[in-house]
Amino acid sequence: MKKWYNTIKEIAGPLVVVEKVPQVAFEEIVEIRDSKGVTRKGRVLEAGKDTAIVQLFTNTEGLDTETAEIAFLGKTLEFGVSESMLGRIFTGAGEVKDNGPQIIAEKYLDINGSPINPGMRKFPSEFIQTGISTIDGLNALVRGQKLPIFSGSGLPHAELAAQIAEQARVVEVKNGNEVVEADEPFAVIFAAMGVTFEEAQFFINSFEKTGAMERAALFINTASDPIVERITLPRLALTLGEYLAFEKNMHVLVIMTDMTNYADALREVSASRKEIPGRRGYPGYLYTDLATLYERAGLIKGSNGSLTQIPILTMPDDDKQHPIPDLTGYITEGQIMVNRELHNKSIYPPIQPIGSLSRIGVDKKFTREDLSAVKDQMASSYAKGTEIKELALILGESALSDTDKAYIKFAEAFEKRYITQGRRENRTILDTLNLSWELLSILPQKELKKIKPEFIEKYSTL
Amino acid sequence: MNTGIIIKISGPLVIADSMKGAKMYDLVKVGNLQLLGEIIELKGDTASIQVYEDISGLKVGEPAISTGEPLSIELGPGLLTSGLFDGILRPLNVIAEKVADQGLNAGYITKGVTAPTLNRETKWMFKPIVKQGDSVGAGDILGTVQETELITHKILVPFGISGTVTQIEAGEFTVTQDIAIIGDTPVQLMHKWPVRTPRPYQMKQIPSTPLITQQRIIDTFFPIPKGGAAAVPGPFGAGKTVIQQQLAKWSDADIVVYVGCGERGNEITDVLVEFPHLKDPKSGRPLMERTILVANTSNMPIAAREASVYTGITLAEYYRDMGYNVAMMADSTSRWAEAMREMSGRLEEMPGEEGYPAYLGSRISAFYERAGIVTTLGSEGRIGSATIIAAVSPPGGDLSEPVSQATLKVTKAFWGLDASLAAKKHFPSIHWLNSYSLYRDNVEEYFINKTAADWGELRDLAMQILQKENDLDDIIKLVGMDALSMSEKILLDTARGLREDYLQQNAFDEIDAFASTRKMYLMLKAMLTFHQEATVFAQEHPHIELSDIIDIEIRDTISRLKNTPESEIESIAELIETIPTTINKLKDHHSSSNFGINKVINGI
Repeated sequence: MKKWYNTIKEIAGPLVVVEKVPQVAFEEIVEIRDSKGVTRKGRVLEAGKDTAIVQLFTNTEGLDTETAEIAFLGKTLEFGVSESMLGRIFTGAGEVKDNGPQIIAEKYLDINGSPINPGMRKFPSEFIQTGISTIDGLNALVRGQKLPIFSGSGLPHAELAAQIAEQARVVEVKNGNEVVEADEPFAVIFAAMGVTFEEAQFFINSFEKTGAMERAALFINTASDPIVERITLPRLALTLGEYLAFEKNMHVLVIMTDMTNYADALREVSASRKEIPGRRGYPGYLYTDLATLYERAGLIKGSNGSLTQIPILTMPDDDKQHPIPDLTGYITEGQIMVNRELHNKSIYPPIQPIGSLSRIGVDKKFTREDLSAVKDQMASSYAKGTEIKELALILGESALSDTDKAYIKFAEAFEKRYITQGRRENRTILDTLNLSWELLSILPQKELKKIKPEFIEKYSTL
Repeated sequence: MNTGIIIKISGPLVIADSMKGAKMYDLVKVGNLQLLGEIIELKGDTASIQVYEDISGLKVGEPAISTGEPLSIELGPGLLTSGLFDGILRPLNVIAEKVADQGLNAGYITKGVTAPTLNRETKWMFKPIVKQGDSVGAGDILGTVQETELITHKILVPFGISGTVTQIEAGEFTVTQDIAIIGDTPVQLMHKWPVRTPRPYQMKQIPSTPLITQQRIIDTFFPIPKGGAAAVPGPFGAGKTVIQQQLAKWSDADIVVYVGCGERGNEITDVLVEFPHLKDPKSGRPLMERTILVANTSNMPIAAREASVYTGITLAEYYRDMGYNVAMMADSTSRWAEAMREMSGRLEEMPGEEGYPAYLGSRISAFYERAGIVTTLGSEGRIGSATIIAAVSPPGGDLSEPVSQATLKVTKAFWGLDASLAAKKHFPSIHWLNSYSLYRDNVEEYFINKTAADWGELRDLAMQILQKENDLDDIIKLVGMDALSMSEKILLDTARGLREDYLQQNAFDEIDAFASTRKMYLMLKAMLTFHQEATVFAQEHPHIELSDIIDIEIRDTISRLKNTPESEIESIAELIETIPTTINKLKDHHSSSNFGINKVINGI
């Protein structure tokens, strides 16, 4: 029996203050019913002796303090998950958004999850081939990693994310000359927070077009949907992800976009709670809050599945030091930088290797022995090439030696042939490596200091 | 024991009233699940409690029981064999087993599941050193337990106990069984210590022996002594964690306490996977046998994160008291400070700079003051040290923020990481011009006696070259390379060599990952001998071209010296002998080949 209280005292933004309540539990779920009988859900943010502060998951429009009633449900927020959620679309509150049938839950799970025991993690090392040279060849993604895309407004991160979602496969290089795809169950979970209708539709279409939809679950909160749902949405998506990964042994890729909207929603709720703001008005616990999302990626002993995350965020004014990219970078295992300058040169995907990073190395046995050395050489030669180019602008071409000219030529070829690729062009890791060696041959051999002579001998003539 | 009643719950902060008699920092069992917490504020009978575990589902009206004791950890044999603990020293492998016993996924930490730090069943072989009738005081060694092959655990007379040994015997004991009786007081292998209280010692000393880290840029230019404190600030992606891990692996500390404070879970796993395979350079035993890992990752409860730094330093002090050199790595103290900020915000304290509590600075300095080399308690006057190497993660890499500033005030070695170096894959990305070590003079004598008499001169010359390079860089950007003299061009080439082939060190290369001070010395000597000879030669032969000098084979050999295995480093000494003759064999001739920018600019 639900007991209804009509002691709502204050409504501010998504927050409701209730008085004369029973013994309320922290994070307990509540229902609020307005005079028309419409119910909304929320959870307890602060439990006091007589008062409770409740945060609603939807907006508070039409609620009043006179007639609205509240009931405490005696449980914390749980989400019913099921394998049959793949192929379906949901709202940020976890409700069915397509026209399909309701989901019959196989299990109810706390959406906040529990921290993974660091002693029970398996270290990620299995190579995921995205088919994109600047990722595979320079900053490879591995299963169980969290590798965000740092982008800016107006840049093609959505296209990039869709291409990754479509092409990502776990592969292994056999005998140094053959790429074999692993045959294991996988799923893509797409969490869209505060995106525009068009962007949401773009993802739905691209999933449907490529046939990826049946392996995907989409959680969509558009820009006009309730803001507080943006806070629960990634948690729902990750709860489903964990269920599929660690109970159903699937390899799950969770793409979360746009984390900037998520953090802004968090700021809005924090401000309405009158909390002391940290940098740029974001709450002081933004780091911890983001960590509770990102740290849900990983591999766990005793399960064959994995949860890999690609969060996407748009850096306000392309500023990497803005709190959202800054704190994200401290938690995630690297970042892929999408760059406006490259984009303006009509280079797709405009991934800037300088500043991009993947902290987790791929186990050598999945790719080729020379990958790591070639990666370092390509990245540093490109950095050097661009630097010489800039200096040549100041000092003039005449100051350049032959080696300098070779570096400039390398940097240009790198942008034109290595970074640039088609929107549906799926390069194997061997394609990428062979292309690397071809480009490195532009440079004098003695400049290849980061590669062992054995490798140069073995692979440079290929 | 006081039982109070919970009246308010907000995030990790719980407020309980009717807590009469409770004291500040008392440990409290909160709610029906008996979650652990600590009193951080008292107003009358009302206590504010920070809880170390996830508190969702906790109800107003549930009990809060004060244990009457401050947050303490168990110290005794078994710390090094468990391997991994959380921020309040619960063994994470035991937690996993207990979660599995409940039929839940053992991969997760389920709230309310707890376990004592030290295993109560394990029996340890205790060998007494004192005998019945001996008179002992606090800090005296009663006997030893072989904790791991590497470490002999010395059982000390606990602080506050002294008298005549009335009973002591050899044998196998669990940590809770009595091993001796001093006066009337029974003593066990284990005792408890409150983490926020520094462990006492007789006398602090001025640190003068370097902690050899086997990292070239640190040992050569910015050394840290045993008992010193160093800060490693840097933006994300600059390689803080890799540096900390390198020091944990290669430094000559006897024991390493590695505190992962609010950082990534996978990084802890990396250490857990890698360390058992890595061998202690001295003994050849797995590194895990000398390592204690305290992990409170960023998604674990923040109150325990706040405690984890104190837990770590208490462990370091405990082994210090046995006479060991302990290095504590804290990654990252910024997360610790953020945890303080979050609790302070929830207590509605008046915020200081950037929302941090006003006491941030004093907490940080009090923590770093627990580092040091000391004469321990006990009649034999053992020397032990605790060194703190702490990462700081300043938002946006901006060192003017409060945590960095408070840290710089108290640490005397500063290894400033630079994002632009990291972007160029220059690792470790410690910037040679921004970093400093005020300990350099303290340890100079050691290097001169143990490594080479001209150690200091070589280092100073190398630093001058690097500094000069920086000055010349500005000139080149304005007027180009042609304005430079020949000796300046040679200097730029040497500086490039120092940066690329000396300061850079590849943590992932089997040979390059570590270097003895002898190898460092020889490498530096070779580079600088070449530099000096080439400079003299160029002055005597004004028409020579730079490429004639720097394109010779020996220059290339010098640039690859870091790949010389430790067993063959004496060949470098032979190489150094041949440098003058090789250079003097060069012919002075005219040619007009161009010099080229890439030889000198910052590019790598």
